[in-house]
Amino acid sequence: MAVDDSLKSELQKAGVFVTTLEWIYNRSRRDSIWPLQFGLACCAIEMIATACSRFDLARFGAEVFRPSPRQADLIIVSGTVTKKMAPQVVRLYNQMPEPKYVITMGACSISGGPFKQGYNVLKGIDRYIPVDVHIPGCPPRPEALLNAIMYLQRKIDRQTTLTGSEKPRWYDQNDTAEWPVPEFGAHDLVPPYNPQVWKPERIERGVGQQEAKH
Amino acid sequence: MEKPVDLSRFQQKFPKAVFDEPTKSFVVPPEQLVDVMKFLRDDSEYRFDYCSNVAGVDYLDKVEKTKDVAGNETSKTIPNTGYLEAVYHLYSVEKKHGPVALRCQTKGRTNVVLPSITPVFRSAEFQEREIFDLYGIRFEGHPDLRRILMWDEFKDFPMRKDYVEPDDFEWEPTPHDDVLERAKEHNR
Repeated sequence: MAVDDSLKSELQKAGVFVTTLEWIYNRSRRDSIWPLQFGLACCAIEMIATACSRFDLARFGAEVFRPSPRQADLIIVSGTVTKKMAPQVVRLYNQMPEPKYVITMGACSISGGPFKQGYNVLKGIDRYIPVDVHIPGCPPRPEALLNAIMYLQRKIDRQTTLTGSEKPRWYDQNDTAEWPVPEFGAHDLVPPYNPQVWKPERIERGVGQQEAKH
Repeated sequence: MEKPVDLSRFQQKFPKAVFDEPTKSFVVPPEQLVDVMKFLRDDSEYRFDYCSNVAGVDYLDKVEKTKDVAGNETSKTIPNTGYLEAVYHLYSVEKKHGPVALRCQTKGRTNVVLPSITPVFRSAEFQEREIFDLYGIRFEGHPDLRRILMWDEFKDFPMRKDYVEPDDFEWEPTPHDDVLERAKEHNR
């Protein structure tokens, strides 16, 4: 049950601090997002720079890079995901405890980026796992990663209902939280995408142009 | 380190290795390749002790273009004229000269086999594996010929010119050239 704001300020004047369990819970979560120590390509160098003193990720409580997925809250997919690496990324994500979040860092992990038309690069990790924040850039500046962390903190803050029918997915006991790991096929990954997470975009091209001509 | 070498003695010893002027390289018959490599490495004058590069090349079947009386151009593919090729670059660290470029061509584009030079130059091991992975040339005598970049279950050879990609085209904001053609195919 939420606390009435006017009552809250009245009580504060009297020296009593009243808040909700969700507020404390989310506050502690948002200020200690532990990322997985995991880098794939050049974006990982920017991620390292973000963690170092000039940009100092510690200001946002996210400096403790964990070398094990079992202790991580956040996976920063920083760099090109090749088709050979994609099953391992999904497997790492599956091994993380809930609640877990995903940031895709850079053009490659969003869509394949400059390698989109290649034969060996996955056209975006969002084909297999749900992504919370996308950061465009090639590579993105450390400020952009900090901004993404701040976006993620806002997203965690907004998660006010922790029980009842609108509770998050991971408090549902029936939720297995297993994302299917793609397998190596003869020509491509099988399946090429997880239809529960991602659907191919359909855009009709040239309709507007033809109208303008006539 | 580019210092020309007098290779006349090599040409005398291996007359079947034909010098190709436009590419400045020797086309070596596959059955002589290992002997050529051993000679160039061990000869006291040459001492090519460093194999810096092994690369694959794919040549499709030749296309003959003919014009009839009306000026209509027809093109005809001549079967069994295509081949695959491995290119080797040797340097000498000891004599500080090189490079010498050697090429070795397969017969046809199916069932392609070349001798492995890994027993002569250890540095060729991964590069021959990469050529096997991407072009499908099997190197006979290679100690560990497996795919190196793609996964083991992969069946295609993606650097061959007739490679067909999996049909996973998706919407592109600014398509051009080949991508535009594919966008038209998919009506997107």
